[in-house]
Amino acid sequence: MNIHIKNGRLIDPKNKIDAQQDVFIANRRIAAIGTAPPGFAADTVIEAGGLIVMPGLVDIAARLREPGYEYKATLESEMSAAVAGGVTSLACPPDTDPPLDEPGLVEMLKYRARSLNQARVFPIGALTYGLKGAELTEMIELAEAGCKAFSQADTPLTDTRVLLRAMQYAATFGYRVWLRPQDSFLAKNGVAHDGEVASRLGLPPIPVIAETIALNTALQLARETGVTLHVCRISSAAGVDMVRAAKREGLAVTCDVSLNHVHLTEMDIGYFDANCHLSPPLRSLRDKAGLRAGLLDGTIDAICSNHSPVDEDAKQLPFAEAEAGATGLELLLPLVLKWAEQERVPLLDALGRITIHPAQLLGVKMGHLSLGAHADLCVFDPQAAWKVEPAALKSQGKNTPFNGYEMQGRVRYTLLDGQLVYQG
Amino acid sequence: MNNPQLNEHGELQHLLSTEGLPVRIMRDILDRASTFIGTTEHKEIKKVPLLQGKSVFNVFFENSTRTRTTFEIAAKKLSADVVNLNIGSSSTSKGETLLDTVDNLCAMHADMFVVRHSTSGAAHLIARHVAPEIHVINAGDGSHAHPTQALLDMYTIRHYKQNFHNLRVAIVGDILHSRVARSQIHALTTLGVPEVRVVAPKTLLPSHVEKLGVRVYHDMEQGLKDVDVVMMLRLQNERMQGALLPSAQEYFKYYGLTQERLALAKSDVIVMHPGPMNRGVEIDSSVADGTHSVILPQVTFGIAVRMAVMSTLAGTK
Repeated sequence: MNIHIKNGRLIDPKNKIDAQQDVFIANRRIAAIGTAPPGFAADTVIEAGGLIVMPGLVDIAARLREPGYEYKATLESEMSAAVAGGVTSLACPPDTDPPLDEPGLVEMLKYRARSLNQARVFPIGALTYGLKGAELTEMIELAEAGCKAFSQADTPLTDTRVLLRAMQYAATFGYRVWLRPQDSFLAKNGVAHDGEVASRLGLPPIPVIAETIALNTALQLARETGVTLHVCRISSAAGVDMVRAAKREGLAVTCDVSLNHVHLTEMDIGYFDANCHLSPPLRSLRDKAGLRAGLLDGTIDAICSNHSPVDEDAKQLPFAEAEAGATGLELLLPLVLKWAEQERVPLLDALGRITIHPAQLLGVKMGHLSLGAHADLCVFDPQAAWKVEPAALKSQGKNTPFNGYEMQGRVRYTLLDGQLVYQG
Repeated sequence: MNNPQLNEHGELQHLLSTEGLPVRIMRDILDRASTFIGTTEHKEIKKVPLLQGKSVFNVFFENSTRTRTTFEIAAKKLSADVVNLNIGSSSTSKGETLLDTVDNLCAMHADMFVVRHSTSGAAHLIARHVAPEIHVINAGDGSHAHPTQALLDMYTIRHYKQNFHNLRVAIVGDILHSRVARSQIHALTTLGVPEVRVVAPKTLLPSHVEKLGVRVYHDMEQGLKDVDVVMMLRLQNERMQGALLPSAQEYFKYYGLTQERLALAKSDVIVMHPGPMNRGVEIDSSVADGTHSVILPQVTFGIAVRMAVMSTLAGTK
């Protein structure tokens, strides 16, 4: 099917295009930009006047909750949330039940996702069996099954020697290791940033040093092993400084931040708002400023949703007992736009943080609209204002700290592989 | 952000914390409490019909004898019907969620809940959940707040010291885990006490505690110097397991309140304790039973203050 996307403002960060350009799609690929290729006859014309045409979003942290947690969310619900948010590629952490530590599980997940024909799913394999931090998974087998990197998700690896071995082994075969730095002893039982708010509310704290001590260990091991290290969900200004220094030193290290941490702080917990019970915890204003500075200077490569749907009952509990997590797939684009507007970041740069940069971190060929690329696109209305209403979200997880926020920017069309998979 | 304790007219809807509790409401509660005590030195509390026909549910998810009993007495003195429920440490252990339990009690026509829970924020959660005609009193949530304890402490201080604006108050002990300390600090600073001190080793202080408006002392002698009021806190035995303290003996040696240390305070100092006391751990028996101690009057005042809180809430539309 041939598609002509007409009169839109095309923004393609990889190719540094921000211009009024038409897009022509044939055979599921980008056939031409600007002028139609010879003999092109459109089956469908998408009128995109006043809209922005961009590569489909790449979200490197979206929990789909399958297998094992279907009561929280299903592949069907979360994939429809993804495309409603313009997300066409997503990476899912291995903390399913069972964890993604066997090729069969990974193949099943990929098969289930493919049959839904919505977003592409790139699983992140477990670094150790059962995420237990003791034995290495069969990384080669897992990579062949489709795993793009290896991770412990939110379960810290406490045995430093196992972490060293895991990195050595991954480095041997050129696999990326994704770690969310958190010292499990310092973070034990903690539910909120060790700061003014947790002290006032009497919430068990997670100090910044829980992040920086684990990050220091990870960086030293990366230096030792030469592994390609990706630091997930950085939450503190001190952590950003360490990644900045490591990059300057020339270590193969990259970094992402969740959209929650770009916009919120510990103050948003207010009077025990369990929607702000997140992992990592929301930190101080100074930390938020440090994270934003890290985004501006490129220390932080990508912004992710850290989409973690939680069922209603698990949030209707006192703050510390409530389950951590928030829905995010449908909020990624408008919250990146909001950040770009607040910080006066050009859209070409801002949208790169949710397209080409995360695609490169995953090592996949998505996130751009070069000739011949897969026609994964998001077409959105930058002027459309809307209000976050949990019931209106497609995700089965209705919990978000942005409940009631005014957003600007709404997805109108999502295309996957040259097919219209969402229209809003 | 709306103050969840107040209704749209600025009246007390729930009592959840002394933080954000307007000073006029705090003073009203203290004034009202004094009307229940009367003027005699016997401090006999009169029975009044202010809560006649109302049901007060004491819902204790965490065990407590003293607080529950004083609430029960207070409610009965107000002529309320009182139901006591000891649900134990965890609501979820029986498979029923906290809010399911609350819904069931609401269906039994509760007018007022007195709630204690081991997790910070539990009372806020319940207050958000219940119908607007139901009032919630926080009788202690995790390490967060214990507002009626703090209010009875304020009543006690006012009783002995008349006013707040010229006082130096030291709170001594496990501030980190103490809901009493947090509520005391907010109440003292709201009522205008110019100098509130906390005295503890670093392991028993929350980070940024100075942002609550207190001066931090690690040395007990310095912390007690020239104070008007000493508020001791209970030290839980489990603090030794958490690597927070080496032993009760060593704690007493450096932070126990003895006659010698108390002599550093003002000559008319009063000594308070929320109970139950660990004699020989945080406080020496000779101090607990000594002439400066107002620990037992605190308990009596506690009944009047809880009556004042309940009747204030019952008067809120």
